[in-house]
Amino acid sequence: MSTMSENAGKVSAPVTESVAATQLRRLSAWRAFEIVLWVAAFAAIFLLPSHMLVLTEIAIVALFAISLDLILGYAGIVSLGHGAFFGLGAYAAGIFAKHIYAEPVTGLFVAAAASGIFGFATSFLVLRGSDLTRLMTTLGIALMLAEVANQMAWLTGGADGLSGVMVGPILGLFEFDLWGKTGYIYCLFVLFILTCLARRLVNAPFGLSLKAIKGNPVRAAMVGVPSRRRIVAIYTVAAVYAGIAGALLTHTTSFVSIDVLAFHRSADVLLVLVLGGVGYLYGGIIGAIVFTLLRDWLSVITPQYWMFWIGLVLVIIVVVGRENLGRWHTFLPNSLQERLARVVNWRLGMKLRGEQ
Amino acid sequence: MTAALETRHLVKRFGGFLAADDVSLSVEQGARHALIGPNGAGKTTLINLFTGALKPTSGSVLLDGEDITGLPVEQRVKRGLARTFQVNQLFREFTPLESVVLAVNERKELGGSAWRPLVAHGEAVDEAAALLERFKLSDVMDERTSMLPYGRQRLLEIALAFASKPRVLLLDEPAAGVPEDERHEVLNIVRDLPEDVTVILIEHDMELVFSFADRISVLVSGALFTEGTVTKVSADPRVKAIYLGEDA
Repeated sequence: MSTMSENAGKVSAPVTESVAATQLRRLSAWRAFEIVLWVAAFAAIFLLPSHMLVLTEIAIVALFAISLDLILGYAGIVSLGHGAFFGLGAYAAGIFAKHIYAEPVTGLFVAAAASGIFGFATSFLVLRGSDLTRLMTTLGIALMLAEVANQMAWLTGGADGLSGVMVGPILGLFEFDLWGKTGYIYCLFVLFILTCLARRLVNAPFGLSLKAIKGNPVRAAMVGVPSRRRIVAIYTVAAVYAGIAGALLTHTTSFVSIDVLAFHRSADVLLVLVLGGVGYLYGGIIGAIVFTLLRDWLSVITPQYWMFWIGLVLVIIVVVGRENLGRWHTFLPNSLQERLARVVNWRLGMKLRGEQ
Repeated sequence: MTAALETRHLVKRFGGFLAADDVSLSVEQGARHALIGPNGAGKTTLINLFTGALKPTSGSVLLDGEDITGLPVEQRVKRGLARTFQVNQLFREFTPLESVVLAVNERKELGGSAWRPLVAHGEAVDEAAALLERFKLSDVMDERTSMLPYGRQRLLEIALAFASKPRVLLLDEPAAGVPEDERHEVLNIVRDLPEDVTVILIEHDMELVFSFADRISVLVSGALFTEGTVTKVSADPRVKAIYLGEDA
């Protein structure tokens, strides 16, 4: 066996090997649209000072949606109860800040640990079964957790919410301000760091094996991918991410409402991800921007009926298919399309033959 | 010498239907062993029992003398048992390069590595590139698998099985569905598989079986009907009546 692959190694020209390496390198290279997005997000600190609150909300929803993308977009695990981890993180951060220690970054770690442990424990329930089973299982877990939070009013404040959460300065240095500027910078930094970590994870062999499990579980097993272990791992990571998103909400609002565990959280985040597209991480961010702006705009023009329009958008997306909606650029003239594709997909690093 | 792959009194029941009926089979190290039988004889069931996709009702499967009956699919792969599928089971959204890199990574226990990008694992990349070269897929390694011609996909199917460095390789109708002009390429690859790899071939094409195999097992209604050298089996009038008669 070993002799044969060695022989094959000698036969193949070094040119082929470097081409292979280049092609793989391109997969993980930063693309132009990513850089633009982050520059814009950081520039917003100075350019949009009066919109800090909505930007903060977008950052939190984006992180929550990225968390869902890790399991849905990469491993193909559907969930209607992802809000459970978000809510758990929110409560963990609130209770920790109120009773133990008010510094928020420490609180993030506590929330991450709480959600991570709960995610790990419940991951075994999504290992088996069809999409429908998974939807029902995750939904059931989220409903149970919401009811537990409701009943444990001595700890969580129950239906009144957890008030009196005093959040201290970040790392003891940066006080939260009335305009939400500190809050936005805080959320944006956390979002940026966690997106970079997620990028590494999905571009590493681990991420490739997740996509393999989603793409063809039969073949994945047959090349030796231990699906169960990988799903447990990514489900736990996703729970950690969702928990941190929940904690950010607590830290920026100094309050935990029972609403963090409500069903609509899980449904909304799914909608956000469908809007932005699954399986490339940035779908969560783009979806969060579109969803939040759409909701704000619709609730201004039709204060009582905005849910109707959100519903309509959802139906259109599902009927037309996101792939088709995402292909709006095919209506543009060809030359413009090519230029657009080149700009969006431009990346740092090595070039391939024939590519400008 | 221990058999490369052995089954002992393997039984698989689906409700009242006996898909594998007391199959005791032994395949020598380095053998070219063909498994033939009419449609519905239980060939696919047997393969699935070998790989662990199905659990037997009773009996056991041994790989190099070790009992692997209780092991899940992926651990059998790690121990050197790989297969190809009659109908391609590929990662349609991946490029051939990504697919082979995945398989090599998993064999090297790199699959859980979540920090450094794919390209940073240089040895695995080089090995994947060499495999693609060997299976004549270098020129299409960055194309989407679903866009490749069927013959190329078939080669990738074998390359993926081969990437896990199997000691026993199960080929389920490797040339099935391949257009005539691409066929010889697939068959050459099958013939050139290294001698120390034990190959079990499930095939309908008798020409291929007789030119490739040194031993043949005939499966009828889930049970092992007869077994022997190519000359012996091809001369057996009962086999002709049961199986070859259909083609002749």
